[in-house]
Amino acid sequence: MIRAVGKPLEEIIHMVQDFDKILLAGCDGCVTVCEAGGLKETKVLGSALRLHFTQAGQNKVIDETTLTRQCDKEYVGLLRDTIDNYDVVVSLACGAGAQFVVDMYKDKVVFPGVDTCFIGVTEERGWYTERCQACGRCILADTGGICPIARCSKRMLNGPCGGSEAGKCEVSPEMPCGWQLIYDRLKTLGQLDRFENPVDPKDWTSSRDGGIRKIMREDLRI
Amino acid sequence: MRLQYPPDVRIIQVPCTGKVDILHLLTAFEEGADGVFVAGCLEGDCHFIEGNLHAKRRVTRVKEILDQVGIGGDRLEMYNLSAGQGGRFAEIAREMDQKIRDLGPSPIRVAKGGGVQGEVAA
Repeated sequence: MIRAVGKPLEEIIHMVQDFDKILLAGCDGCVTVCEAGGLKETKVLGSALRLHFTQAGQNKVIDETTLTRQCDKEYVGLLRDTIDNYDVVVSLACGAGAQFVVDMYKDKVVFPGVDTCFIGVTEERGWYTERCQACGRCILADTGGICPIARCSKRMLNGPCGGSEAGKCEVSPEMPCGWQLIYDRLKTLGQLDRFENPVDPKDWTSSRDGGIRKIMREDLRI
Repeated sequence: MRLQYPPDVRIIQVPCTGKVDILHLLTAFEEGADGVFVAGCLEGDCHFIEGNLHAKRRVTRVKEILDQVGIGGDRLEMYNLSAGQGGRFAEIAREMDQKIRDLGPSPIRVAKGGGVQGEVAA
């Protein structure tokens, strides 16, 4: 799932300080799972903003809501009846969700309440790590199920590089070398012969090199 | 054991400090509390293993928030004591009460023009 972290309170206060009616819009999707922009975090932000502006002598309307998903029109559309009551919306969804609110309410000021970080997994509660960079052409079948694009700092296709030492990446002693992980995994699977065939350069047009991406599924369209 | 502690301390009972949520603490300040202290069991003695340690992390987080919003993290503290330390409880209540009196009323209570003066989650 997409992983995000809440923006610093100071930054959000700075963004909304000139507005009197503020709607905080959380999302029940990915940002709820990583506890960055769900109902709970939206209410905590609302409480913190009310405390700040009240002690500063500023009377503002600060309301909270959450949508099932901010990346689907059906749910973003639910704001239609109430959004005009507010001067600004702070979206605690991922960057995609926040932009969908912008798309659907073109005259409304929308600010992001979280920093969207990566597609990752929950190692433990509060500890998330990156697993996928959505490059658009999955090569996990060739690398023992471990992605060198997301888990090698250089995104090398024929690693490891000379910076790999004792299984760790030269970027940080705590960071596992992605290619060491791939080697260990292929060894476990008895597939080390794959290292004998260099991998061809990757076609990056399915990633950002091909410009803004879209998926068009004719079989699903209504 | 007839121990005295300041009458303006209001006790909110919870089954374990692990139940104390960030929102509970923030709401107390929103409602005008001048200060809040969370009274948990001694570390290592939690009946639910680590409820008081969860509370400790949440108190730390809320103190950061209170500092950032201009209320002041000093108005919130966590103490650890056992259920058998009634004397210590009264001592903490007096200590916290004096600390909050030194800090003065919460800016929120001033802005709202009234409210309670102390609060305890036990």
